[in-house]
Amino acid sequence: MAELDQAHESYELGMHTEQLSGRTQQVFFSAEESGNLVYPWAPVVDFEKSGEIDAESLNQQEVNAEIRRLMSEGIGTITVRNPGAKHSLGVGILSRLNLHFDGSLGYFGCGLLDGPNVTVSGRVGWSCGENMMAGTVLIEKNGGSTFGAAIRGGDLVCKGDVGSRTGIDQKGGTIIVGGRAGAFSGFMMQRGRMVILGDAGKNLGDSMYDGTIYVGGSIADLGVDAVEGEMTDLDREWLTRKLAQYGLEAPNGVENMTKIVSGKQLWNYDNLEPTEKKLVL
Amino acid sequence: MCGIAGLIHRGKSSNVGRELTDMLQSLKHRGPDSTGFALYGNPKSGEHVLRFKVAEQEDMRHGFQIHDQVRERRAEVDRRLDELGARRVSEEEATEYAYRYWISYDGDMKKLADYVEDIEGAEILSIGNALELVKDLGDATVVSSQYGLGEFGGTHAIGHTRMATESDVDIRSAHPYWAYPFNDISVVHNGQLTNYWGFRREMERRGHRFMSNCDSELIAVYLADRMERGEDLEEAMHRSVDELDGVFTYVVATSDKLGMAKDVMAAKPMVLYESDDFVALASEEVAIRSVFPHEIDTYDPYEGEVMVWQS
Repeated sequence: MAELDQAHESYELGMHTEQLSGRTQQVFFSAEESGNLVYPWAPVVDFEKSGEIDAESLNQQEVNAEIRRLMSEGIGTITVRNPGAKHSLGVGILSRLNLHFDGSLGYFGCGLLDGPNVTVSGRVGWSCGENMMAGTVLIEKNGGSTFGAAIRGGDLVCKGDVGSRTGIDQKGGTIIVGGRAGAFSGFMMQRGRMVILGDAGKNLGDSMYDGTIYVGGSIADLGVDAVEGEMTDLDREWLTRKLAQYGLEAPNGVENMTKIVSGKQLWNYDNLEPTEKKLVL
Repeated sequence: MCGIAGLIHRGKSSNVGRELTDMLQSLKHRGPDSTGFALYGNPKSGEHVLRFKVAEQEDMRHGFQIHDQVRERRAEVDRRLDELGARRVSEEEATEYAYRYWISYDGDMKKLADYVEDIEGAEILSIGNALELVKDLGDATVVSSQYGLGEFGGTHAIGHTRMATESDVDIRSAHPYWAYPFNDISVVHNGQLTNYWGFRREMERRGHRFMSNCDSELIAVYLADRMERGEDLEEAMHRSVDELDGVFTYVVATSDKLGMAKDVMAAKPMVLYESDDFVALASEEVAIRSVFPHEIDTYDPYEGEVMVWQS
């Protein structure tokens, strides 16, 4: 496993998965490959150029089209005013962009992202950041259920509370919740890290295959095959650095957080037939 | 999918008809088949509001004699009300097939409801001191305009936009459901109950009637049954979360309360806004934004949560 302080350009690009352990998590990019991490058709934007969209009288398709139009003009910093909790805003952006929503988003906001840095001053509805590949999304208030469903990379951060099934089917990346997360968070998690600074609802990490969940508050109960892991210096170092990056702190300190990992006792981790497994278990 | 919404003003009345119309219209994409309103107005002492229909909207398009039948059914309702000693204080024809009566009646409400509903095509949508339940095919604007709900003043209201998945597109299967035969209790629901038939049979054995095959009706009847046995609204709701199986979020209203409950998996959405004098909740935040266009702080209730607010 490579050293964490290795200076890859991919770190600067925010594309590094930063996984600490696990057989499915050793994916690294070399600096020479960074050119391959940009879609050939992605518009070249200048972060110094800024634009603004008033979404009040626009529907969601029109808002998204307007974002793309500004990007095609090379504008790299876009503010969307009055998003009004409309659904599916800021989706499918596959290149670098600074995007700010001044207000709240409805369902499926910021889904299918691969590269942009998004901030939301309000709250987000269900399924925010779904299938995100890379980039960052930072939400100042609360989030709905299925927050970060199936994300594969990037950082998805909600400073408030989120609903149930947070990070369901998570395949990589980092989900950070500043407050509480509902039931079945980390359900069928396969990779990546989830940080819940507040309390976690019941069935945490149910049927998780891999990945790591850190919890700062209480855990209602653990799901099937989710077990407590041992916090290491590496865990604490990473948590301290990552939380500081978003201005967050663990209420009781990172040293008192609980680490949850997969027990890997489910039948799909060995060659036993289900009937044989019943005998073993 | 369906959309549900509710609002309650604490300590004051407002134009809840207009507010709920706006909320439900913004949820039209969740269910365009029918829309229903349960509005809680300012009760008149000693009078009940009776909302009933004697035909489905669809019936009016078919049959040579439906208009005569509708007139005959309404006349029969009037006759039976008179026979039971229910004095008709005033009457309104909301549509050709749906009516709003103010009645003065001190007798057994279940007997009255059963006697009226024994007439072919007749269904009581609601009886209440404060509750008026209106539902019909079409979106919120259409139904609200058809029934003149735009100026309805009251303290609270709940409503529903329906996408028919498991029963017909008709008024009978539309929400809200009145918790027959109890005054002023109504329910809207988003989800599916998986132990519907078992509970329905149990409720029927206890003497409750069902007008539809819609699982949502069970919640209204269930809550009414529990309250009949002495539980208060909140106790009955907590019990429902334990006993009703499936995925659901429902909103219930009584003469002076609004409540919501979520199943233990929190599988159906609900967004909530609460201030000192107002509470609004809906399947999507866009509905709340239709009455509060400015930035507000909202949140999702959690799994198994039960909340009740007083008007």
